[in-house]
Amino acid sequence: MSLSVERPDTRTLPSQKPIRLLDNAGHAVHGSAAGGFELPDPATLLDLYRRMVVARRFDVQVTALTRQGRLATYPSALGQEACEIGAISALEARDWFFPTYRDSVALLTRGIAPGDILASFRGDWHNGYDQHAHRTASQATPLATQALHAVGLGHAARLRSDPIVALTMLGDGATSEGDAHEAFNFAAVWQTPTVFVVQNNQFAISVPLSRQTRAATLADKAVGYGMPGYHVDGNDVAAMYAVTQAAVERARSGGGPTLIEGLTYRIEAHTNSDDPTRYRAARDVEHWKCRDPIERLERYLVSEGALSEQVRTEIADAAEQVAADTREVMTAEAELDPLELFDHVYARPRAALREQRDRLEAELAETAAAAGGAR
Amino acid sequence: MTTTATDARPESAASAPTALTMAGALNAALRDAMAADDRVVVYGEDVGPLGGVFRVTDGLQATFGEDRIWDSPLAESGIVGTAIGMAMYGMRPVVEMQFDAFSYPAFEQMVSHVAKMRNRTKGRMPLPMVVRIPCAGAIGGVEHHSDSSEAYWTSTPGLTVVMPSNPADAYSMLREAIESDDPVVFMEPKSRYWAKESLELPVRTEPMDRAAVVREGSDVTLLAYGPTVRTALEAADAATAEGLSIEVVDLRSLSPFDDETVSASVRKTSRAAVIHEAAQFGGYGAEVAARVTERNFHHLAAPVLRVTGFDIPYPSPKLEEYHLPTADRVLAALATWEWDLA
Repeated sequence: MSLSVERPDTRTLPSQKPIRLLDNAGHAVHGSAAGGFELPDPATLLDLYRRMVVARRFDVQVTALTRQGRLATYPSALGQEACEIGAISALEARDWFFPTYRDSVALLTRGIAPGDILASFRGDWHNGYDQHAHRTASQATPLATQALHAVGLGHAARLRSDPIVALTMLGDGATSEGDAHEAFNFAAVWQTPTVFVVQNNQFAISVPLSRQTRAATLADKAVGYGMPGYHVDGNDVAAMYAVTQAAVERARSGGGPTLIEGLTYRIEAHTNSDDPTRYRAARDVEHWKCRDPIERLERYLVSEGALSEQVRTEIADAAEQVAADTREVMTAEAELDPLELFDHVYARPRAALREQRDRLEAELAETAAAAGGAR
Repeated sequence: MTTTATDARPESAASAPTALTMAGALNAALRDAMAADDRVVVYGEDVGPLGGVFRVTDGLQATFGEDRIWDSPLAESGIVGTAIGMAMYGMRPVVEMQFDAFSYPAFEQMVSHVAKMRNRTKGRMPLPMVVRIPCAGAIGGVEHHSDSSEAYWTSTPGLTVVMPSNPADAYSMLREAIESDDPVVFMEPKSRYWAKESLELPVRTEPMDRAAVVREGSDVTLLAYGPTVRTALEAADAATAEGLSIEVVDLRSLSPFDDETVSASVRKTSRAAVIHEAAQFGGYGAEVAARVTERNFHHLAAPVLRVTGFDIPYPSPKLEEYHLPTADRVLAALATWEWDLA
């Protein structure tokens, strides 16, 4: 492994002012506020813009489909596109991603088909995509548990001198879970190639950040574990991308883990069954809508002459196509086989499960026969 | 991912029988598994230079180095959670929980992920991993060192749970557990760690998912596992003097349950009792009694009995002898049946 790895100071607290490369007006930020990071080149920024626009269209479409009853539930990432897309875009295809239930748009960006992402939220099966093909673990529901999986996989890769990185996303609420702390600590002690991206959207369902932590920033926690931590403007996709990319490169070259906190805001409800009016003011939501990550980058690209009307239209069309594909696949009913319930529990077949499968099969046959007889 | 054996060591050369403890047999199984497959890695608390608090990993780090066996931070959820990630990558981690009661921080990872990952991913993401848990009591341990946690694991679909009762099974079943593509909770009865047996290694006994009739008899079937197999054998010896012929079945595999072997024995004797250290209410014996009854009711001459620890938290060292099922308590329980009806 490389000996010339950049090792940031891990004893100094992260800046309380979030690292920012583009301000809300779409102007490039320089100096200390940029935290030593450089604005990605225009082509990269345009690509991030395209990905965010597609992600949002998908997210809005899925929320609409959920309201129509096509999905059992959907945790939206509306407003968090810079965190999601900035971080996941810094990962290469060979790297592994360990997402949560809120990170569907990151899965889309990783190339997973809408129908495969949403199979779990539709209720078909607990997971609908091929983990190995996309190097993406199933979306974790129990908070922070997946962070340990990312650390373990990264450690295994490191033992094999396989230069891959495992990136995991967490929410602000998840940083209160013991598994988050165990993951931070194991990663730092073992110096695993892990990037922890904490999306601080300021609410864990209804509970605000102030009831999760007394730390000035969630990135501060990195210091106690001996790893670098960055407090980043999570609505600035340029900053999220640049900071994550640096962390990925450091991890890949043997420099160990990094904790990145993206400060953002969940515009939508926790899920469709949540009522956010009970715990937050409409004016707060409006305030954050005015800090929209897509509009911010758009302002910059337009001011730089990097986003023509033609490109904007092409991107909008591509986003509409993803929405149409999503509608189509979610409107069709999936073919489900109840007998498959028994097929994947164990590698080694079990007599007791076979008996239960036979019983269900007989029940299904009776039901089918009765339905046939009634016709 | 390579699947080839390393050049490290040959399997324990088949040798003349030597007296081996269960701890020694487990150590040999780990050594041979690590030599046979370089995907096998071992970690946990104190498993490195110390060789584990029960010395089950004694000498392994000196042989295989710190990339194959190492001391992890002291956090059981972290140990099991990272083992999941390592198994996802293609390794075959074998992790140690040190004591039953210290495995509880890992409960969420065990129940929510170890047990469910294969099913969740339709078999695309199997987790070939072993969680070793030194279990049960009778070692004079202070609180939290003598629990019997088996029912927590056996009531979780997706987990395979086994418990050897003797050195030969300990070696054979641990090798099989490590070779298994299913995650295995491998429970090691602490009070049997130092029991010696004359063995030739490598030994392979019955498949890991089968029960074994360890003593034949015609009047009663005692169903035991781990530490209570010895208790059952003692009861069988004592009963001989009273003219009672007891068959002892070592369950070996708690999940899956070997209905075939158990039912065959119960149908032969028509009476059965299950023995375990864990508390009775909602314990593993309840499942055993229920399924033995469901499957063999018309062959039974008496209700299936449970001879177990009391429904109390595990006692302090000086009081544990009153809690643990003994041969006398087993025989007393059998005496409650109405024998003349048989």
